[in-house]
Amino acid sequence: MIVFRGLPGLFQASLLNIALLFGLIGLGFVVGIPIALFQVYGNRLLGGVASAWEWFFRGVPELVLLFLFFFGSAQLGLKISAFVAATLALGFRSSAYQSQIFRGAIQAIPKGQMMAAHSIGLSRWQAIRYIILPQALRLAIPPWSNEFSSVIKDTTLAYAIGVNEITRYARFITERHYRLAMAVYLVVALIFLLFTYLGNRLLGTLEHALRVPGFEAKAARAAGEHG
Amino acid sequence: MASNVILKVEDIHKRYGREEVLRGVSFSLFKGETKVIIGPSGTGKSTLLRCINRLTPPDRGRVWLDGVEVSHPKTNINKIRAAIGFVFQDFNLFTHLNALDNVRLGLLKIKRLDKKKATEIAMMELERVGLAEKAKAYPAELSGGQQQRVSIARALAMDPKVILFDEPTSALDPELIGEVLEVMTDLARAGMTMVVVSHEMGFARSVADEIIFMEGGVIVEQGSPEQLFTNPRQKRTGEFLRKITELYGEAS
Repeated sequence: MIVFRGLPGLFQASLLNIALLFGLIGLGFVVGIPIALFQVYGNRLLGGVASAWEWFFRGVPELVLLFLFFFGSAQLGLKISAFVAATLALGFRSSAYQSQIFRGAIQAIPKGQMMAAHSIGLSRWQAIRYIILPQALRLAIPPWSNEFSSVIKDTTLAYAIGVNEITRYARFITERHYRLAMAVYLVVALIFLLFTYLGNRLLGTLEHALRVPGFEAKAARAAGEHG
Repeated sequence: MASNVILKVEDIHKRYGREEVLRGVSFSLFKGETKVIIGPSGTGKSTLLRCINRLTPPDRGRVWLDGVEVSHPKTNINKIRAAIGFVFQDFNLFTHLNALDNVRLGLLKIKRLDKKKATEIAMMELERVGLAEKAKAYPAELSGGQQQRVSIARALAMDPKVILFDEPTSALDPELIGEVLEVMTDLARAGMTMVVVSHEMGFARSVADEIIFMEGGVIVEQGSPEQLFTNPRQKRTGEFLRKITELYGEAS
């Protein structure tokens, strides 16, 4: 019975996971794209900065990043909430992973596309914007779905710096009713399975909506040549 | 420089590592002229075309388009490229855009025409290459010959001063070559200024105003088709023409 009474609270807490998910994956996207572009097209300086960024945020454990951004920033006198700290830490981490997805997709676009773009007078930046990215982002949707499934689960790590997300709420229930642990955490697990399912369905729909006839096959062949 | 010289190429050199693929190439192109460049593969013909619009920057040498020095560091290269059509061996249509959008893109983003006007011009050029009814088709839905014709329409839409063709039929199945050559022949007859790298001797013979024979990174001989085919000055030119005619046939 208590499990049922706890359900609304769990669902409400899960909204914070969703908010964190959107924040971190959005931040990861916005930062990941330039990181990928710097790595592929940037000069040595930009490429170096991008690679250092990627190295750092892929190499440091998530919990350490969370502690750095929350406790570390507090020590520097920056007052940011646990939620913002979690968004930044996990978002930057995701940007490193997303940049590798985008970099791979950009490099899978045949060289002739950039040359053809230049040949009609498009600048490097225009070519990236109108030719390379529209193709690369389509190619990136399937691997990006993986990243999505991965970071949605990472949102529970925000527990460690006191964000009142679903795991923390579950813990709050089970501390009072330890016999419910199995039931409560199963509910939490189900909620995540549901989110992951819905998210991947949404991405599948997006992929289908953006489908260009014959593009996938051709792009897959090009990717194969590189890989 | 004579006033009707539209393209002037002077002493182009290009080196890849140890190999110097272009060792000083110069030629001029008059308005309305069609020049066909022939020669064995690996002899720098494609590199030469790419050096003209700096898709590949040459190591040395200068290029003028209609009196503007393309190779000058202060020249806006994007603006120049918009005035030089380029047709690739493997078409390089933008794979995520349909035929109409491929042709229209430059008009919208470079010439900044409004959508109505851009569509009108793009449809006219698609009509010109006989593909108006394929406007909504994506590259993957078109045959090689059709893709190449769309790419010619894409070049034409920019209203270029000259079009460079880099072996435009080499990647095509034999039965698709004709439709592309036909479009190119029509263009030449209509007075388009063109440089064509090709092994199609029938086309060269019937359409070219002048043929350039290149080998080993230099121009061995240039002259009218009549002269090169019947009375070449260089022994090497005759040998090559005999061999290529055996290989590809006399054709049309």
